[in-house]
Amino acid sequence: MILVIEQLLNGLQLGITLFLMSAGLTLIFGIMQVINLAHGSFYMIGAYVCATVAGQTGSFLLGLAVALPASAIAGMVVEFVVLRRLYKREHLDQVLATFGLIMFFNELTRIIWGRQPLYLDVPSWLSGSIELLPGLIYPVYRLAVIGVGIAVAFLLWFMFSRTRLGMQIRAGASNRDMIGALGVNIKLLYTMVFGLGTMLAGLAGVMAGPILAVESGMGESILILTFVVIVIGGIGSIRGAVVGALLVGLVDTLGRAFLPTLFRLVFNTATADAAAASISSMAIYILMAAVLVWKPKGLFPAHS
Amino acid sequence: MKKILPTLFFLVITVQFVAAEPVKIGMITTLSTKAGYLGEDIRDGFKLAIAQESGKLGGIAVELMVEDDGRKPGKGKQIAERFIKRDKAKILTGIVFSNVAMAVVPKVVRDDIVYLSTNAAPSKLAGKGCHPNYFSVSYQNDNLDEVVGQYVTEAGHKSVYLIAPNYPAGKDHLAGFKRYYKGEIKGEVYTKLGQSDYAAEIATLRAAQPEAVFFFLPGGMGINFLKQYSQAGLNKDIPVYGPAFSFDERILKAVGPAALGVKNGSQWTHDLDNGANTQFVKAYQEAYGRMPTLYASQGYDTARLIGSALRAVDGNLEDMEKFKAALRNADFASVRGNFSFGNNQHPVQDVYIREVIKTDKGYTNSTVKKVFSSHVDAYASECTMQ
Repeated sequence: MILVIEQLLNGLQLGITLFLMSAGLTLIFGIMQVINLAHGSFYMIGAYVCATVAGQTGSFLLGLAVALPASAIAGMVVEFVVLRRLYKREHLDQVLATFGLIMFFNELTRIIWGRQPLYLDVPSWLSGSIELLPGLIYPVYRLAVIGVGIAVAFLLWFMFSRTRLGMQIRAGASNRDMIGALGVNIKLLYTMVFGLGTMLAGLAGVMAGPILAVESGMGESILILTFVVIVIGGIGSIRGAVVGALLVGLVDTLGRAFLPTLFRLVFNTATADAAAASISSMAIYILMAAVLVWKPKGLFPAHS
Repeated sequence: MKKILPTLFFLVITVQFVAAEPVKIGMITTLSTKAGYLGEDIRDGFKLAIAQESGKLGGIAVELMVEDDGRKPGKGKQIAERFIKRDKAKILTGIVFSNVAMAVVPKVVRDDIVYLSTNAAPSKLAGKGCHPNYFSVSYQNDNLDEVVGQYVTEAGHKSVYLIAPNYPAGKDHLAGFKRYYKGEIKGEVYTKLGQSDYAAEIATLRAAQPEAVFFFLPGGMGINFLKQYSQAGLNKDIPVYGPAFSFDERILKAVGPAALGVKNGSQWTHDLDNGANTQFVKAYQEAYGRMPTLYASQGYDTARLIGSALRAVDGNLEDMEKFKAALRNADFASVRGNFSFGNNQHPVQDVYIREVIKTDKGYTNSTVKKVFSSHVDAYASECTMQ
């Protein structure tokens, strides 16, 4: 039972990291209608900048404070230089251009930081584990990640439904020309949305940095999961991103954790291990297929 | 005068011809992707040997051509063809990954090209697939797992938990460990290749209560696993072991204190006490400003082995049989000390257990114990090469 709760927490934590990534991606796609494959690169930029600053100064918080604006500015520069030219073009052109950006950023990190993965550790005030329940020991840092993710979800909800900026963004999503005619600077608005999205990706990168290897190309492995999340959740919907991310996090973690045990009840050990390893790595894609059969536009489509 | 000029001309041409025909060596290696540092170290180790002889190996001028395979078997194959057809190279080397090696090696050795492996050494090429034109200078892939299996048995751990990625090499490496481990296996988990979060596996592992953990997770996967294992507070209770691949100096820099004290298996460490090694470690640091890794040592040894054979045939590759015979003699001072080739042209060498330590130059390993002396790989007996 303790193990089940621990694995649920692990799933929740993975889901939260995915949410930070997919919130940004779904914002950009839903509002600007741009497929941004390079979203993972901003995750990488966040992690690299934080690791560098934290390595130099010894302060994780300072690293975070520099990494967030750095990934937001990087995003806004990319929007201004590259994506602005692609809004009217087909999705295929956008995919090609942003795929090129992935290679550009991977090579750039290699040129600046070298091929060596960087080191980023959990700050000392978040290190160690605490006993949540008797027998249930859980790393403090992962709990902190869950806390940050929930706070961000709340802030996003507040921004969209309670502020003027959020209203303009929603209006811009439903009719770009009309909101322009009403005197809102839609170009600036788009640049800001893009910067917000990449800053969230940067935040996800910073949060993942102490847990994972900070290396060139680290964004690609999470990017695929992020796309699965927004397809399940419904493209363009923050609410969908929350639900999709939690579903994917839980299904992936619980599949990896408990499928081998389940399969061993039926098959012999070797067959069970092999089958469980294959099926658990497919589980989220099976989930995605099932959701799409049931609701072809995802769970919470933004423009229904 | 009229007679002298053409003669002079002819003389100049021949002199140039003799001097300007260095032996070409084609290096196919992985320089891009996340694993790019592996190829970088192999290349740098190899280049160091050439630089120490100012452009020569064994007194013979050589030209090293390096190309990046991007970890893709297809690309490796194309580069090999280009080296052979366009550049007329007769010696190839450098591949990091077994899947690239399987795409390149069997084909080139049939074309009478000599291939010397600086890293990848899959079992298929060590057993029935062995070939007179194929030499592995590094090891046979399983060696570094076998030594850990033996050591964990000797250390008295009665049960272990095994983790590896779900691909052929993952299964091979665990098989190598199991060949020498005598205790109980509490669990054997195969994770997705390239997986980054191991929280679920670590929680399951904790519940299984093994006495030790053995993992083969190369590259970033190993960094992720070690960091998360230590964050879960398990490294104090359940010691973890692995082959050297997750404990080279460059990975350790990214893992940090989470790897301190972890014992791992390797055929080389920077502190092995022999003359060749001492000067190699010093020269490498002077040349590149970083500690050599085992990959660098393998690149360096390969270059010096080629040098010894080139010297023996005086740079003449017309008769490849003589060149191969000279390679088989392995008449060079390896940085590993004891080194010779077995019947399948894989190393017969000592294999060690080493431990991660911290020095003023950062994290590195120190040798703990020689576990195998003149170790022969498990597939040598299946090789029927004459």
